[in-house]
Amino acid sequence: MINEKLTEIIVDLIHDTAVNLPADVLDGLEGMARREAMPLGREMYSCIFDNLKRAKELNCPICQDTGVLQFFLKAGTRFPYLDDVEDSIKQAARISTKKIPLRPNAVESFDERNTGDNVGSRSPWIEWEMIPGSEDLNIGFYMAGGGCALTGRAKVLMPLEGYEGAVKFVFDAITEWGVNACPPLIVGVGIGACAPSAAALSKKAMLRPIGSHNPNPKARDMEERMKKGLNDIGIGALGMSGTESVQCVNIEYAAHHPATLAVGLSVSCWATRRKSITIKGSGL
Amino acid sequence: MRKIITTSIKDEDIRDLKIGDIIYLNGIAGTARDDGHRRVVEENRLPDFDLNGAAVMHVGPIVKGNKENGYEIVAAGPTTSRRMEMYEREFIEKTGVKMIIGKGGMGKKTTDACKEFGVVHCVFPGGCAVTAAAAVEKVLGVEWEDLGMPEAFWILKLKEFGPLVVSIDTNGNNLFDINGKIFKRKKDMVVDEICKHVHYSHG
Repeated sequence: MINEKLTEIIVDLIHDTAVNLPADVLDGLEGMARREAMPLGREMYSCIFDNLKRAKELNCPICQDTGVLQFFLKAGTRFPYLDDVEDSIKQAARISTKKIPLRPNAVESFDERNTGDNVGSRSPWIEWEMIPGSEDLNIGFYMAGGGCALTGRAKVLMPLEGYEGAVKFVFDAITEWGVNACPPLIVGVGIGACAPSAAALSKKAMLRPIGSHNPNPKARDMEERMKKGLNDIGIGALGMSGTESVQCVNIEYAAHHPATLAVGLSVSCWATRRKSITIKGSGL
Repeated sequence: MRKIITTSIKDEDIRDLKIGDIIYLNGIAGTARDDGHRRVVEENRLPDFDLNGAAVMHVGPIVKGNKENGYEIVAAGPTTSRRMEMYEREFIEKTGVKMIIGKGGMGKKTTDACKEFGVVHCVFPGGCAVTAAAAVEKVLGVEWEDLGMPEAFWILKLKEFGPLVVSIDTNGNNLFDINGKIFKRKKDMVVDEICKHVHYSHG
């Protein structure tokens, strides 16, 4: 059932996400722009900040690719409106497409027709995590653009290929496809037992704030080495070559099978549009 | 001083452009992405609007309005040009466009076509969709709306649209190809160094 209040909150969340970058992403970009030494790179950053200013003034989306709408829900088992959440998200997608507006980006698979309202089979994409005993609903939201998604991939390595193999896999993909994903990039790497779990963990890593670290010292060390390494390649803003390439590399992992070492990669663009909101069950 | 190119583009207007140059475009551009290229090349159909001497933009805009009251471009940044690599040469041949606008590089087939037909590929900064929209003076029309908003053929009148970085020039030089080779060489060195430190094993 559609819950009007909940729908309204989700429309506002979508609108804010489309127009205003999260503080950590913006801060990171400002630092990178200051450090950029190449003239072409500086020109790219100047265009990026001009664009951000115009988007804010006009209250319209930063980028024409408003992505596939993806929701990551942490839902309290005692949140009183659980049954309304999915219908309200779909309704919010329909309203937002017209009101903000968003670009209609749901192409119904096999029919190959754009549905026109960002609603299609399993679209918006919704992932649920249940929180026992809680009365609240936390809605994480991400606009998954096409250029970023093109760089994403996962592979199951043999354990003897080691973490070296995982590093090589990530660097090959970013060197080959990263320029199309609108750098500076946010990079998420997942390590796990099979392709889908490594891919899911890479997304979780990508959505982690800039400046956060994996609590495992080895994973953190690998995050820092990969970040430095990618920056040393000097892909630059929008791939024009420059001083840096990425805002961060975040790693998330699960234990893996003795016979497999899977690695997943998710990247996000300079205009990483992710936000979240917590709704009190008692306050709706 | 801004270097401005105006449609209808003649060979001599773009002959001296070099990769890395920054230019701005005045005049007419039509948008075409994956489905538009498929329609022109696979289905051998051309839009009614003549693109000869104009620019093709790899852009799927957000558009407000309707046919009766007119359209307004809300956001119009570029999409990944490389997706159109397979069909760009034939698209150039069939439409007579003189400029391709997108993001990221394109491959050898397009580079060869740029040299043969005297065409340039230019990059508009990806994601800067509102800045791009501000340089769209008017929507002159739309065709192929059945393909949906991003894939439809939008005909736009542009005023100082840019900055556009020349990424393939008419001499067949390719900025992203050159950069890509440098990135790959650096990557091999960087990966070797990281690999010395990530050999995690039991014991």
